Amino acid sequence: MSIFVDENTKVIVQGLTGGQGKFHGLRNRDYGTKIVGGVTPGKGGTDVDGIPVFNTVKEAVEATGATASFVSVPPRFAADAIMEAAAGGIKFIVCITEGIPAHDEAIVFNRLVEEFPGVRLLGPNCPGIISPGKCNIGITSGDIALAGGPVGIVSRSGTLTYQALHELSQQGIGQTTCVGIGGDPVPGTNFIDCLAAFEADPETKAVMMIGEIGGSEEERAAEWIKHNMTKPVVSYVAGVTAPAGRKMGHAGAIISGSKGTAQAKMDALREAGVHVCLNPTEAGQKMVEIVKAL
Amino acid sequence: MDLFEYQGKQYFSRFGIAVSPGDVADTVEEAVAVAERVGYPVVVKAQVKVGGRGKAGGVKLADNIDEVRLHAGNILGLDIKGHVVHRLWIERSSDIAKEYYASFTLDRPNKMHLGMLSAQGGVEIEVVAEENPDAIAFLSIDPVRGLDLGTARRWVADAELDEVAREQTAELLVKLYDCYTTGDCDLAEINPLILTPDNKVHALDAKVTLDENASFRHPEWEEFRATETEDPREKMAKEKGLNYIGLDGTVGIIANGAGLAMSTLDVVNQVGGSAANFLDIGGGANADVMASALEVINSDPKVKVIFVNIFGGITRVDEVAKGVLEALKRVTISSPIVLRLDGTNAVEGRAILAPHLNEKLITEPTMLDAARRAVAFANA
Repeated sequence: MSIFVDENTKVIVQGLTGGQGKFHGLRNRDYGTKIVGGVTPGKGGTDVDGIPVFNTVKEAVEATGATASFVSVPPRFAADAIMEAAAGGIKFIVCITEGIPAHDEAIVFNRLVEEFPGVRLLGPNCPGIISPGKCNIGITSGDIALAGGPVGIVSRSGTLTYQALHELSQQGIGQTTCVGIGGDPVPGTNFIDCLAAFEADPETKAVMMIGEIGGSEEERAAEWIKHNMTKPVVSYVAGVTAPAGRKMGHAGAIISGSKGTAQAKMDALREAGVHVCLNPTEAGQKMVEIVKAL
Repeated sequence: MDLFEYQGKQYFSRFGIAVSPGDVADTVEEAVAVAERVGYPVVVKAQVKVGGRGKAGGVKLADNIDEVRLHAGNILGLDIKGHVVHRLWIERSSDIAKEYYASFTLDRPNKMHLGMLSAQGGVEIEVVAEENPDAIAFLSIDPVRGLDLGTARRWVADAELDEVAREQTAELLVKLYDCYTTGDCDLAEINPLILTPDNKVHALDAKVTLDENASFRHPEWEEFRATETEDPREKMAKEKGLNYIGLDGTVGIIANGAGLAMSTLDVVNQVGGSAANFLDIGGGANADVMASALEVINSDPKVKVIFVNIFGGITRVDEVAKGVLEALKRVTISSPIVLRLDGTNAVEGRAILAPHLNEKLITEPTMLDAARRAVAFANA
């Protein structure tokens, strides 16, 4: 099994006619994802390489039965696009857009909770999600993933997500689902959401969790793991050497005062029984050991 | 983007928040002119983006023109924790009956806004939080609903502000929340927020951090950007659209993606080296971006080796390889380059570089191997 998306997930792409949306939407389709439509206001009735384009999410959902959306629109339109997806009947929204104002993200998150409690948002500013061999929504290169499980991956960082997939696939260890939750201050889906889904998924036997400096999501995840997780977790936290007070690329990756340091996160995870590794390679090797001993 | 105090006060003023009358001055004569205009006594305040100005002698009271001359002359050019003072803020001195604290920021774990209000202002709020947490009234605000005056009234009562200050403060807090949200601040903080002996409430300091992701709807921020003093390497990188942070080590780092770049710093550190910088060339970087990245790092005299760590996703490794060759054509790269290339089109990328490899242009199969090789060069 996989979490959140599988071979039956029907996906529309908001922004399919744009450069990024087209490139990744078509790549996702080539991977085998059921990309059933695109949405661009004013371009309804046209198509992108055979994929029908609609003016609104509502029309696209009515015509195709899509339940997931891949949002690839510029930052200033992203909040509206996400809300339109939810209002149009989409249940799983993946937003890869980088650079959305924090206040927009905070409003979107709370509006979804209040008005559309059944809707899950992944991202913004994330690489997306891949259930290898079944469905790939986002910008992850499908060829670095390996189908068949048994490892679930959840990560705050894009390229480190690829690195984690690569470390495992190279050793012949497959993945059930790999979720990139993104590095922004208000992620729609957090570590705990993914850990809980992996814990409930019978095919996932172990989880790799990639964190980074900033915020306290890793510490909260550690607390959750301590009380709820029965499956082994291997973790790596990036940014041990990051200086305080400087945003390391991601809007959320900043150490403020003594808060948000990699060391504090690693200590909390270790205390929760997580195998904490010092670099991605070591984390991959540790996971190989764990999977071989299963 | 952090604002100077004077910019923060100007920003507050736009939202109707009361601040002391004052103006900026870049010279002693300008300082005198401002002081004469606003009336004595005045406070002469160094404009630097660092705490502890008062202790460093950067904030002085002046009762007359001679004292303004003396203090302005002393403070201009003063070095406060590595920040040299080029600008002063001169404002009418306020009599203070009480000092409060007020701020809004994002409460990330709860995905709500967090208001903090305290009757014990004037000191660092972290110290209050540590020593007397009950003295801070926390208010969680749903971003969808916002902050209304009724809630603000209950909040000032919870914080046990003086009765005479409550209504004015409640109104000010609603304005500050408007500044924080409409003004796209990551942080809007007033410390101290003062009550004067004649029962007026106003902001005596301003600490504002703007969310640069919202720049597209704030053309007026251009003036704040103009005063940003930057490391010359960071300035050059920004002009080329690169995400660069200067550090103190000897291993120049180029990676794609913030997480991988951070991880590269960590791994270099683990194998005994130290990074000269953080540089994320971002997703989808082409040959030109890669060449620019190498040029920026090459301009740093501390760099002894350059470690290029690429895991192609949107970024194509063949483009990276072309960029490396392009950079080598454009400029003389003085340091050896160690590359680790994986991901999208890695095979093509390695093939492009293969004929050009030599003792100063080296590829390694893994991140760890490449880090070891780079650090060996740096420590040689």
